[in-house]
Amino acid sequence: MKYVLLFVQTEQFERDFEAMSQPERDHAYELVYKWFADHADKIRGGNKLKEPNTATTVRLDRGAKPVITDGPFVEGKEVVSGYSEIEVADFDEALRMVREWPGCPIVEIRPIEA
Amino acid sequence: MTHVRGGDIETAPATSSHEALARIVREHAARLAAALVRVTGDFGTAEDLVQDAVVAALQRWPLEGIPERPDAWLFTVARNRALDSARRETNYRAKLRQIQWPIRSERDDRLRLIFTCCHPALPREAQIALTLRVVCGLTTAQIARAFLDTESTVARRISRAKNKIAEAGIRYRVPDPDELNARLDEVLAVIYLVMNEGYLSTQDRAESRDLVDNADWLATQLYELMPHEPEVGGLLALIKLHSARAESRFDADGAIVPLDRQDRSKWNRDMIAEATHILQCAAERHRPGPYQLQAAIVACHAEAADCEHTDWEQIVLLYDMLLYLAPSPLTRLHRSIALRYTAGPRIALAQVESLAAELDDYYLYHATRAELLRDLGRGEQAAAADRRDLGLTTNPAERALLQRRIDQEERAAPPAIPPQAEPR
Repeated sequence: MKYVLLFVQTEQFERDFEAMSQPERDHAYELVYKWFADHADKIRGGNKLKEPNTATTVRLDRGAKPVITDGPFVEGKEVVSGYSEIEVADFDEALRMVREWPGCPIVEIRPIEA
Repeated sequence: MTHVRGGDIETAPATSSHEALARIVREHAARLAAALVRVTGDFGTAEDLVQDAVVAALQRWPLEGIPERPDAWLFTVARNRALDSARRETNYRAKLRQIQWPIRSERDDRLRLIFTCCHPALPREAQIALTLRVVCGLTTAQIARAFLDTESTVARRISRAKNKIAEAGIRYRVPDPDELNARLDEVLAVIYLVMNEGYLSTQDRAESRDLVDNADWLATQLYELMPHEPEVGGLLALIKLHSARAESRFDADGAIVPLDRQDRSKWNRDMIAEATHILQCAAERHRPGPYQLQAAIVACHAEAADCEHTDWEQIVLLYDMLLYLAPSPLTRLHRSIALRYTAGPRIALAQVESLAAELDDYYLYHATRAELLRDLGRGEQAAAADRRDLGLTTNPAERALLQRRIDQEERAAPPAIPPQAEPR
């Protein structure tokens, strides 16, 4: 089955990350790279996204002019910071992968419509 | 047992036969479900078929009598329903025709069923509803009545969960050894909540009180399937220790009787002995956990001749261990109740009041505070605390007890019972 993992950042996580020393930060990155390497056989694609302040949201209402707003579609303390598409045997395998994720504190697992 | 409203079992006659029906259905529903999932490869379909067969049984058995082979009867109904449904492809019909009765239900089949119902990707309420429906053979209507929900809410909860199982690719399987502990925790939590709902419900809610039996049955099944998991034994012992005292928990008016005033001759000694034995076997594995510790605490009470001869020192120690494994303000509140007997009401009250910020909205906080204030001869403050807790519980049996205490306080301004002397 295919799933998309949506990686979600929190303000707290951002602050903690900024408060780290350079070696600590390097180590955190290493863990993330290692996770991607360990699961390379299951990862089909994905990207890290630029900062949420670069996002633009367009709301399309039938008949009305599109409304364009600055920022992500949900204004909040939690924002999507990246995504990966994975292909695994079943949900439990996806869950197992995500449990080991060393980065941001929230990951949403969404099955892809086949 | 009250007569059951609602269409499916309107005809259920006397108490004993309704209970017999429930027991027989429970005995066979899970095995039938397990077998059907194996054949159809589809959890949701198998679940529907079993539910249809159960509803049919509850309609027809009271009129026609319980068949000689209830399992075969349920199986035949389920299979015929499956064959009837035109939406099914021929391949599937052929597979169904091949099943022969009796079908063996292997250990793993039953475990797969329980672990799938309690999958952590499902919300807790759905885990509970699915488990009761699939593993215990309860109908949606019965679950709704037990949890004071509407039938449509429960039905929606179940269909959403089954949809998620299918759409998200949750497979019907026993978790791998490295996941087993975490997954077992989910199953135990579901069984514990089923017990709790039954235990806390009042006498007039017979459907809810049956939940304790269902929790006992679920834990017994799991204990049979996983006898080496000490927490499974711990939970089973805990359920049995609570059930053993059921008779003495309410007075004739339906008010809760506090532990220190319960008639201990009504406690079921055989059940207590059985529970203690299970708990000992679990403890020999030297892997303590929250359920074993809770059971050990209840066992201390169950084995004591009366409140005075209870091993309160041991109980405080067990609470300390429980707090170490699973810290919670509620456990601290219960520990302070035991502390009243070892360190005296003044120290216990200080402990209770240190929880004010976390438990101010919880009736038991104020009820406990009231009792301790009464022990210390501070009757007026006690009555004020009782009035506070009365506003926080809707449980009629708890309210009856609290109202009685307030009335007594108002009748006898100086406390009727002299405050206990404090050691030290």
